Amino acid sequence: MQEVLQQFSETIRKAAAERAQLRLRGGGSKDFYGLALIGEVLDTRAYAGIVEYEPTELVVTARAGTRLESLEATLREKGQMLAFEPPHFSEEATIGGCIAAGFSGPRRASAGAARDFVLGVRILNGLGEDLRFGGQVMKNVAGYDVSRLMAGSFGTLGLLAEVSLKVLPLPEEERTLRLEMAEAQAIDTLNRWAAKPLPISGSCHVDGALHVRLSGAAPAVSAAAAKLGGETVAEGAAFWNSVREQEHAFFTGATSLWRFSVRSTTAPLDLGAQLLEWNGSLRWVSAPLDAAQAHAAAEKAGGFATLFRGNDKRHGIQKLSAGLLAVHKKLKRAFDPQGILGPGRIHADF
Amino acid sequence: MGAPALLSSERIESPVPKAELVARLSAVLPPESLLHEREDLKPFECDGMTAYQRVPMLVALPANEDQVRAVLRICHEARVPVVFRGAGTGLSGGALPYEFGLLLVMAKMKRILAIDPVARTAIVQPGVRNAAISEATAPHGLYYAPDPSSQIACSIGGNVAENSGGVHCLKYGLTVHNILKLRVVTIQGEVLEIGGEGLDAPGYDLLALLTGSEGMLAVVTEITVKLLPKPQKAQVVLAAFDDVLKAGQAVADVIGAGIIPAGLEMMDKKATAAVEQFVHAGYPLDAEAILLCESDGTTEEVAAEIARITEVMRKAGATEIRTSRDETERLKFWAGRKAAFPAVGRILPDYYCMDGTIPKKQLAYVLTRIAELSEKFNLQCANVFHAGDGNLHPLIMFDAADEDQNHRAEAYGAAILELCVEVGGTITGEHGVGIEKINQMCVQFGTGELQAFHAVKRVFDEHGLLNPGKAVPTLQRCAEGGAMHVHRGQEKFPELPRF
Repeated sequence: MQEVLQQFSETIRKAAAERAQLRLRGGGSKDFYGLALIGEVLDTRAYAGIVEYEPTELVVTARAGTRLESLEATLREKGQMLAFEPPHFSEEATIGGCIAAGFSGPRRASAGAARDFVLGVRILNGLGEDLRFGGQVMKNVAGYDVSRLMAGSFGTLGLLAEVSLKVLPLPEEERTLRLEMAEAQAIDTLNRWAAKPLPISGSCHVDGALHVRLSGAAPAVSAAAAKLGGETVAEGAAFWNSVREQEHAFFTGATSLWRFSVRSTTAPLDLGAQLLEWNGSLRWVSAPLDAAQAHAAAEKAGGFATLFRGNDKRHGIQKLSAGLLAVHKKLKRAFDPQGILGPGRIHADF
Repeated sequence: MGAPALLSSERIESPVPKAELVARLSAVLPPESLLHEREDLKPFECDGMTAYQRVPMLVALPANEDQVRAVLRICHEARVPVVFRGAGTGLSGGALPYEFGLLLVMAKMKRILAIDPVARTAIVQPGVRNAAISEATAPHGLYYAPDPSSQIACSIGGNVAENSGGVHCLKYGLTVHNILKLRVVTIQGEVLEIGGEGLDAPGYDLLALLTGSEGMLAVVTEITVKLLPKPQKAQVVLAAFDDVLKAGQAVADVIGAGIIPAGLEMMDKKATAAVEQFVHAGYPLDAEAILLCESDGTTEEVAAEIARITEVMRKAGATEIRTSRDETERLKFWAGRKAAFPAVGRILPDYYCMDGTIPKKQLAYVLTRIAELSEKFNLQCANVFHAGDGNLHPLIMFDAADEDQNHRAEAYGAAILELCVEVGGTITGEHGVGIEKINQMCVQFGTGELQAFHAVKRVFDEHGLLNPGKAVPTLQRCAEGGAMHVHRGQEKFPELPRF
């Protein structure tokens, strides 16, 4: 495996010397996202496999090219999981791509985001240098937190060669409740419930109904279900999977899909057909919105709008303030001095 | 014991004389917010790492963000190094001032600006005490989860700078997991807003990068924290073991059983003995180690989890198992753990608290080695351990008045940190590198990583004015410094000339 990494490093070094752009890619499951896909593909899938997994340490270290599906299967065998429930979007998805994209699924509001579970990384920077940050322990404040910085950077700061992630035990029991109610009432209800000690691990409002998932010890799930009311959904796991993988009819019918990350108490956005998650913090809107209008609505709600799926995504990312843009450009240069790793992938200016 | 000395290349001296600086700063600060007389400066000579002391040239106590900006602009222009601090409870000398620099004390910015009980957030200034947030939000049934042992005194701004944890962080996370948004001021005096009121923001994760950056990148002026519902119930199991290694195995067994306790702490015999004399927590004194394992959640969750924890402890060979019967008893069990540091401080005049994190499976080996080192350096050591997340706090006991003990304590501490790195851990789990562990950073990281850290530093602070010489060692320090070690047979920094 070491030779594979050396090859990657050589490829990056050569590209840096020639100022040739590279496109770091795992299974390509997130190719639809973001802006330009520029440069020659460097396929990370040859560098695969679990490096270390010790269930009682709650830590797994895997090579970037490891298929997400197989990693999750290994964890499941030991009764554990990636608690941020990353969407795969394709069976080809890799763990490297998963962390580079930084997407999280339904459990995010209760368990945390992809970046929250990153403990350490091994990267090849834009000069092909092999560097390690963080580690394989829960708590580590030695040096700046470069590991979490990599989550969501789409490989524009370096090739994620290996990642160490915190894992958590699978819940003993899960149950999904369905309650018919309008969106405004669902927002109110979810925020009220989130302020109470309830074992809620997922929430979604779509098609006039609120779905809530409860997770934990069997008696705790039963007690909470009795408190919240509603009907139990027989195919609960399938429902959450359809939300996580965007296979629900709401998503498959969307041609322009906007993602709003906002204050959880934000009133219904009224911008088009909508699916709500994360106790109200995440709103998906299926409509060909005017970018300025979308960004203004998000800003009013203390957050940000992004065109997640659609044709022309150039205006689909909220503008960074001048100060933040300058920091981003300099950070990009700090890790990738020649600007060869996916330039323009997440922002036109870096 | 003294702070590692600055190299001449790490020392930045402003070309502007002190009197001229005082005049410039007086234009933007009221007289009571600018201290420049020696007797006024003296109280600021150290943080929680009291072994290191240095009187700053100037102290500024800004009352608002505009004053922070104005002070930083002046310092940036005059090339004056700036160290900033909150309550000064840090344990690694990260807020140790410079006699040629300005100390920016955020204590006056201590207002809770807003609490939104429905969205479960609070906007606070950096000088707000950690515990004050939970106190203010308690009427809404909410609290701020990270609870470092110093929470009654430490400030939230300092928590952000250090990415502070606490006894509940295995389940509830560190500071980085519990904040949504920051307003920061750069050394150039510019304001940046990072994060948002939702759960994520576009671009690179600067929120994570700045959290735990030890005052090296930017000054935090406003923090939006997440609030959690207070658990309906909490209960703690106290289990005693006649062998430290059995207790270590019990920790692995709890996690292996799929339980994530709200807290999982270990104390060895020396630590419990010290604590019992001090707070009378009722710990069994004949045990070689005790574990405190807490469960919280709904009544049903806690009942089910406590039953499972008890079963695991029994199977692991606990000689005694007690479960807190009520809140008073639960707090009594914890009082001992929370008082461990001062209790140890009563045995000998001084203690030196280490902060390594190790993979839990290495616990047996590490504790054995710490005991061996104790003999070698002829100093006692009590071990307090955030066992759930592998964060070890050996407390080396010594008398600072004795020059020889001083040196031995320092050497013993360094040996423990290097041991943590050797077993795949880290030199600091939650206290930060500061100035204390600056030399050991050379053991943990290689040239490439250190260069990357310096490149990140330059993104925010081109002239290196914020907290110079701390957190990330210069390559020159690693090449010259006393912490040069041949690690796994490889010489580090072979490319650098030695002096």
